[in-house]
Amino acid sequence: MCQVDEDYHGDLERAEVPNVSKKCVKCKEASAAVVIRAGDAYCRGCFKEYFIHKFRAMLGKNRIIFPGEKVLLAVSGGPSSCSMLSQVQKGLSRNAHKKLRFIPGIVYIDEGGALGQSVEERMKLGAELQAMFKATGFPFYIVPLEQVLDLPSSVVVMAPSSSEQPGSAYKSAVNAFIQSDSSTCLTPQDQEDTSLPEVQESHTRSLQHLIASVKTLTARQDLLNTLRQHLFVHTARTEGYSKLMLGDSCTRLAIKLLTSISLGRGAQLAQDTGFSDSRYGDIISVRPMRDYSAKEISYYNHMFSVPSVFIPSLDTKTTDKSSIQRLTETFVTKLQGDFPSTVSTIYRTSEKLQTACRSSSTANHCERCLLCMCALDTAVENASAFHATLISEQFSQTKVPGATRTQIPRQNPVTPVLTPTGQHCSSDGEENCGRKEGGGGCCYSAKQPQTTNLKTLLCYGCQMTIKDMSSVEYFPQYILSEAQRRRRRSQMKEEITEFLLDDDDDDDEGN
Amino acid sequence: MPVLCSRCAERRAMLKRPKTGHSLCKECFFWAFEEEVHQTIRWGPASGGKDSTVLAHVMKLLNERYSYGLELMLLSVDEGITGYRDDSLETVKRNQQQYELPLKVVSYEELYGWTMDAIVKQVGLKNNCTFCGVFRRQALDRGAIMLKVDKICTGHNADDVAETVLMNILRGDIARLRRCTAISTASEGEGVVPRCKPLKYAYEKEIVLYAYFKRLDYFSTECIYSPNAYRGYARNFLKDLESIRPSVIIDIIHSGENLSVREGVKMPVQGTCSRCGYISSQALCKSCVLLEGLNRGLPKLGIGKHHRLHNKILAQQPFTEKEESKLKPVEF
Repeated sequence: MCQVDEDYHGDLERAEVPNVSKKCVKCKEASAAVVIRAGDAYCRGCFKEYFIHKFRAMLGKNRIIFPGEKVLLAVSGGPSSCSMLSQVQKGLSRNAHKKLRFIPGIVYIDEGGALGQSVEERMKLGAELQAMFKATGFPFYIVPLEQVLDLPSSVVVMAPSSSEQPGSAYKSAVNAFIQSDSSTCLTPQDQEDTSLPEVQESHTRSLQHLIASVKTLTARQDLLNTLRQHLFVHTARTEGYSKLMLGDSCTRLAIKLLTSISLGRGAQLAQDTGFSDSRYGDIISVRPMRDYSAKEISYYNHMFSVPSVFIPSLDTKTTDKSSIQRLTETFVTKLQGDFPSTVSTIYRTSEKLQTACRSSSTANHCERCLLCMCALDTAVENASAFHATLISEQFSQTKVPGATRTQIPRQNPVTPVLTPTGQHCSSDGEENCGRKEGGGGCCYSAKQPQTTNLKTLLCYGCQMTIKDMSSVEYFPQYILSEAQRRRRRSQMKEEITEFLLDDDDDDDEGN
Repeated sequence: MPVLCSRCAERRAMLKRPKTGHSLCKECFFWAFEEEVHQTIRWGPASGGKDSTVLAHVMKLLNERYSYGLELMLLSVDEGITGYRDDSLETVKRNQQQYELPLKVVSYEELYGWTMDAIVKQVGLKNNCTFCGVFRRQALDRGAIMLKVDKICTGHNADDVAETVLMNILRGDIARLRRCTAISTASEGEGVVPRCKPLKYAYEKEIVLYAYFKRLDYFSTECIYSPNAYRGYARNFLKDLESIRPSVIIDIIHSGENLSVREGVKMPVQGTCSRCGYISSQALCKSCVLLEGLNRGLPKLGIGKHHRLHNKILAQQPFTEKEESKLKPVEF
């Protein structure tokens, strides 16, 4: 595994000669139609069975979706999420063997506004998707991204989860469900409003201002991701869904994992790429497509005519090096071509990880990032990359105007002065930052107190994104007001800090 | 208009820091770079490359400035690569005189009886880096024991660490992924000297900048035998990433530091090699297996997984013909 010209023995060598009249490895009767992996040739029927089985096995194994639960499918129009939609449809159809037992709905987010698409283009794409969703008979919600501007602050507050359910609860829930009259609650709700929502022009403009204030495509994509997630959660909450199904394939997740690493989101890897993600508390995201490679999905969609729609995104028609996300995608795809085990190796790495939260007992109480809702990973020990960067930034700046070089270091070892956690500003509030502004001591971008203040509420990865923004004034109101609320809270805490008994364990502001 | 240094605001800035994007003058850059290394170390080898040269320079300087009370020595490994290592060893010897530090050179030839030249002759240009890497690790430990030192400092820089994080993900090596971002290795077992990487947070580019402005003498050539290493993929990817967002190197290290492994994932258990006593998670350590392969004329023995053969090696039994045929070098 260490060399470019690696030798593959056995399996791979045999598969090198494609044989048209090869028999299916499963039934050994019908002639093979697809080669999923080297050596695994399946006939049409067996491939279909294999594909369907995998979907149900994923849901069955994890036991997270309870019978009768309302599940919102996030469909982007791409092959993977459309394939997921078709699997759910199949699983719920009248003649399905072992019917799925949840109640589905569909959400699609129209990001045309962020891409600068014209109203006509957006209407056209919207109509295409609408037709596709109508055909499923499931209720669906086509939500323009502009709606993030009207979200309530509660979106970025973790809601209490609906009581931890032990493994045994699943079984009893299934039994209860079977005994009750299942036929009534399984019929999907009626499709209500079928007209496409109208978007105010001023909203689109505000959204475009927000996007334009982000200077790099990497940060734009990252921010868009976050906003999209907020909108999903909000839609699920208002429409009464408790689970969100995402269509990430194995290939997509491998790319996401490497991207997350590069964006400094290592602490959140397990949540970002695992089967389930409960960072919002009440709404749990699940990824039932995570066992399928992009190749399998496109084979299936092609062979069994699963419709999908091409939806342009921020990095459509850009070069490989336009963003970290884009570059990673190209890298993984290319490497996968040379080394067929690349994606599955990266993917398996993700399965061995778990979410880092420093004190596991207080996992629910630890401070969360204002944007991505992950546990903050910025309160770290002195010997860390984050700390090292802060030191570098500090060392590269004037401390006291006019100070000569020799004065500073020798008598005054630096560490105690520095606040390594980056929490400094949150505890001291704007006031302090303002005071130090002249010297630039506390926060290096003191010229933008807003950005600085926001930064302390963010995880490492989101801080990097904010760093690429010219201003945070275009942020949707719900984010800004939640930021204010959190700052007020920490100020309050600061005031009463001497009367708190166990501030050692649960402090995030206290430095 | 000349840009002024963002730190002293007096002198003209000479460079833009890749790490933070600040413009600094020469003096302030030296100061910042040295102090940052000082912040990283809290308590020595030399290849002759830029990282080791800068490491030796900075360690000596800081040792004097802060009276660490460290006794520094240079340790170099001679892999026996003609046209590469012999040249760089010359640089090391010059450094030694310049810094007045004792130097110890250990060679593959004296430790293993094989030079890299001889190994490449037998195994070809595939997998040769596996031999070199495994042998070097142990050679450093053996050299350190000969010198009776307490710690080894290596010149690994931030780029190296980030590259290793990426590479371990691509290889699915969860055990190494967890270890590779540590500044200092745990000091377990005999025959292993704890290692630390004082330059772990220093960007490769800044090291070059430092060496350039300090006019340090270093040797820079890529190893002539390493064109095919898998690491090259991770390296190129990292270089591309860096061109998009320079902070990515530190970001990756931050990610690596914050990864946590799920409970119940099997981890290799550290034991000792039953032949040489070196740390190993198997019955035989990797370098003993590689060496056995070389000596038996079956260089592929240590490439890939052949744990089942370990007992045979230990009992010094011959392999069957079928086993041998798999391990023979490729005929050209």
